[in-house]
Amino acid sequence: MNAATETLHFVRNEQVEAAPPPRLVRGPLAWMRENLFSSIPNALLTLATIYLLYVIVPPVLRFFILDAVWVGVDRDACRAETVGRPVGACWAFVADKINYFIYGSYPIPERWRVDVFFVLLAIGVAWMLWLNAPRRGLGAIYFFVVLPILSVLLLAGFKPLSLPPVQTSLWGGVLVTIVVSAVGIVFSLPFGVLLALGRRSKLPIVRLFSVVFIEFVRGVPLITVLFMANTMLPLFLSEGVTIDRLMRPLVGVALFASAYMAEVVRGGLQAMPKGQYEGAMALGLSYPRMMYFIILPQALRIVIPGIVNTFIGLFKDTTLVAIVGIFDLIRTIEASRVDPNWATPTTSLTGYAFAAVFYFLCCWGMSRYSLGVERRLAAGQKR
Amino acid sequence: MKKALVTIAIGLAASVAATAASAQATLNAVKQRGTLQCGANPSLAGFGVPDAQGNWTGLDVEFCRAISAAIFNDPNKVRFIPLSAKDRFTALQSGEIDVLVRNSTATMSRDTSLGLDFPAINYFDGQGFMVRKTLGVASAKELSGASVCTQQGTTTELNLADFFRANNLKYEVVAFATADETFKAYDAGRCDAFTTDASGLYAERLKATNPDDHIVLPEIISKEPLGPVVRHADNQWGDIVRWTHFAMLNAEELGITKANVDQMLKSDNPEIKRLLGTEGKYGEAIGLTNDWAYRIIKHVGNYGESFERNVGQGSRLKIQRGQNALWTKGGLQYGLPVR
Amino acid sequence: MASAANQAPAKASLFYDPKVRGIFFQAILVLVIGFLFYEAITNAVSNLRAAGIASGFGFLTNPAGFDINQQLIPYSSSGSTYREAFVVGLLNTLLVAVIGIFFATILGFIVGIARLSTNWIVAKVSMVYVEIVRNLPLLLQLFFWYNAVLAPLPSPRQSINFGAGFYLNNRGLSLPKPILNDTAWLIPFAFLAGIVLTLLFRAWARRVQEATGRQYPVGLVGLGAILGLPIVIWLVLAAIGGTNPITFDIPEQQRFNLRGGMQVFPEFVALLLGLVTYTAGFIAEVVRAGILAVSRGQTEASYALGLKPSHTLRLVIVPQAMRVIIPPLTSQYLNLTKNSSLAVAIGYPDLVQVFMGTVLNQTGQAVEVVAITMAVYLTISLITSAIMNIYNRRVAIVER
Repeated sequence: MNAATETLHFVRNEQVEAAPPPRLVRGPLAWMRENLFSSIPNALLTLATIYLLYVIVPPVLRFFILDAVWVGVDRDACRAETVGRPVGACWAFVADKINYFIYGSYPIPERWRVDVFFVLLAIGVAWMLWLNAPRRGLGAIYFFVVLPILSVLLLAGFKPLSLPPVQTSLWGGVLVTIVVSAVGIVFSLPFGVLLALGRRSKLPIVRLFSVVFIEFVRGVPLITVLFMANTMLPLFLSEGVTIDRLMRPLVGVALFASAYMAEVVRGGLQAMPKGQYEGAMALGLSYPRMMYFIILPQALRIVIPGIVNTFIGLFKDTTLVAIVGIFDLIRTIEASRVDPNWATPTTSLTGYAFAAVFYFLCCWGMSRYSLGVERRLAAGQKR
Repeated sequence: MKKALVTIAIGLAASVAATAASAQATLNAVKQRGTLQCGANPSLAGFGVPDAQGNWTGLDVEFCRAISAAIFNDPNKVRFIPLSAKDRFTALQSGEIDVLVRNSTATMSRDTSLGLDFPAINYFDGQGFMVRKTLGVASAKELSGASVCTQQGTTTELNLADFFRANNLKYEVVAFATADETFKAYDAGRCDAFTTDASGLYAERLKATNPDDHIVLPEIISKEPLGPVVRHADNQWGDIVRWTHFAMLNAEELGITKANVDQMLKSDNPEIKRLLGTEGKYGEAIGLTNDWAYRIIKHVGNYGESFERNVGQGSRLKIQRGQNALWTKGGLQYGLPVR
Repeated sequence: MASAANQAPAKASLFYDPKVRGIFFQAILVLVIGFLFYEAITNAVSNLRAAGIASGFGFLTNPAGFDINQQLIPYSSSGSTYREAFVVGLLNTLLVAVIGIFFATILGFIVGIARLSTNWIVAKVSMVYVEIVRNLPLLLQLFFWYNAVLAPLPSPRQSINFGAGFYLNNRGLSLPKPILNDTAWLIPFAFLAGIVLTLLFRAWARRVQEATGRQYPVGLVGLGAILGLPIVIWLVLAAIGGTNPITFDIPEQQRFNLRGGMQVFPEFVALLLGLVTYTAGFIAEVVRAGILAVSRGQTEASYALGLKPSHTLRLVIVPQAMRVIIPPLTSQYLNLTKNSSLAVAIGYPDLVQVFMGTVLNQTGQAVEVVAITMAVYLTISLITSAIMNIYNRRVAIVER
């Protein structure tokens, strides 16, 4: 090898920077071209959608934030004539009524009891929903046995602990919304499991009873069940026996939710491979033991998303108790929006917007959770 | 099996709970319970409305307090149960409440086929209309073609139909389940006219965005005798409710007020003596103590005081006594004599 | 009992015989339920008697005495009975349910397909719509629509006039009402005949296409038949009779309101909007799941065959997805029908509002009224499920 060739020899030691891709293959422009303007109809669709957003989003933003009134003591703060500009949501109204929205007419010195109830419930819910939580068996006992008893003692009053009684007609707002949904879930899950087992039972009468109950309840609107609970239940009890006014819709909601829960659980039972049943029977397990140790733990696990979805439905349906005169969140808003102190054109919408935000956060959170569980379960299946 | 157990338990509970309480024993039940259960209107200013702390006020509410005072010598042993127009009678029929004081109209069908009794009329009312001033209407007869907001499940709904039919006027009815919804829809412009009992019109007008924009038309299209309601079966209880009202009327007629009732105890007027129980045993005859009327007046006051405080000049409603003046002043309120 | 049962001995006593135990449990169940029913009924009877409340269904023939604003059959406070009030309420429920199902299906399919669109912004907007609508209580949405629909509209004196007798104000939409003469029934008849003709033509065209490959413009012919026939009949009738067979009662402005014509009430509009947008959110999810259930290979294969995306969707994907979609779609339809009972919250005179509301209050006969109302909804549910089951069986894949 001579020196000339050696000097001409060229080996690049470091990599050349890659040339940037053509502008229309990568980057925001290309992305837009691919995802928004890939064809003429698509482009038109995109433009139409953008126009739709232009029509909807700015007024909503203006209502919720830009034109909203945040502080004030009465309606003068929220009227366009007195403020001198267009007024959106009157959040001052919500701020003024927030305690009523949360506690209803629950006596003020006793409201700490409601707060404690919320905390206890939150612990129970977290324990049940967190799939890796320690001692979930204990959690179930806490949620389905301890919590209901504690809550009743706490909210309704218990003399030995010097908790003065608070009549249910004073309960209201978010408290009632939560109580109704909590009773719904606590009662409907066990009863729904029983109904689902009954529907798949080999005993004809048990099956018949379950089918009739489930199909009947699923065939009628909740509002008729609530009306029935309100007007007919008292007639069916013997004279002198009365049921608390809050208790009646609770019974209605619980029965109603049970039927829907039963169908969800039945889906889980049907999805169990036959081998699981056969295996359990081959081991000589009795029916209750087979169900308790083998089938239900697996079946309930795969229907968690379904259960959560049913619960979301239940949570939304609790608003119907407002129609039969129970002061849940919706009803407290309905009662507050006619307050002459806050009579402005946007008061009603503000109240509804507040309720919408509350319900959306709760329901959306639950549906995210159920999606997460679904994905996790799907991952397990794919393995 | 679990289900079987659960159902058995429910059945047992139901049958154990089935300890019969006689229809005659409302008073005993109330005494035993220690509170009077009173069905009230939760949203009618002047008649029955709770504030944010759950303190109830109103003419009807004070009537319940008067019964409580007569029985317990304490006007606060009342539990108010908020009822809508739709479920008020069921609540009474089922025994959930002892007395319903919720501006309910006494009618023949309610008296006879619903198993109810109307022992007294504590407010003589009639149905009227409210319209916007800008409409330029001076009489209900000019309302042809109007749309009218009303509350369903009330006599109002029926009277409305009768009025427009009798006058051969066309109209469009929009019925809502609660008074609040009804008025809000009217206020929002859904209807030209809003109809309910005249007293209710004044109370609801306060809730309008601009109360001064609305006027109440002069026509009264129906008789609405409003009063407390009890179950049909228990006459003793009906007597207590009736005489509570008459005691308040007689007190007003005799000039006994909350303030002077203690001095009146020393009065020589035999009528006052009989009413306040210093003479005769009229209270015991209805199962109460002889100073029952004294207790009512001491804790609540006479009818006139209660009226002025809640719906009259002492209130925001500023309703005239009118038909509800004492018979001695040309009204219809006539307390039967205690004798 | 349960702890001893798992030993399952060969020579079990009667106590451990599953059959005997089965009968035993069922007997207990029957006894308990029978007892509960007996208790409830005897209590109800004695309570009603003690309270002096009338019972039985005789009240249905009593005069109603109240008015209802939206009525599909002639009804008035004078002379009409509670039974007629019941029918008015039932028809109003069915009206809003049928129209609601129609629009909810269209909107639901559009949104469901849009969620799977390759167009990013369309997919995202559809997703946001579905999330919002599904996660808010229907009652709240109804309140919103009722206030949103009502509030911005002008009072009757400032009605928005669209011309030709169409007016919009906060009492609703007024439009001309067609009044049919005695021969005019031929026109809707011609319309139906046009539909039948179109169906026949389509079947024939399809057979020809399968045999020869020739295509006919079914759509155009159908349009011509369905619209053309009634117009021809109309013209013929007008020519023969010398007068227009259909005249219109055009709304006129009056002191308070518009008089005459037909009126669409804001309560109806709000209820319809609420039900349609709410149910469409659920239908969209059903449709999306159905389409995702069709394997990707089907799309690829049809593209490979040269089908346009729109044809792929219409001819390949949707027919297969329908099998998955139909059962949950049915339950959405039933939900919409049941949810229409929320009308009571915004004053639309549906079955629940008229019957369970006003009639129950005026008569006090809770047991009868509630039983009738529930029976109606139950019947609607059972009939719909039965029809849908038949349809479902027809479209189900024939397993080989």
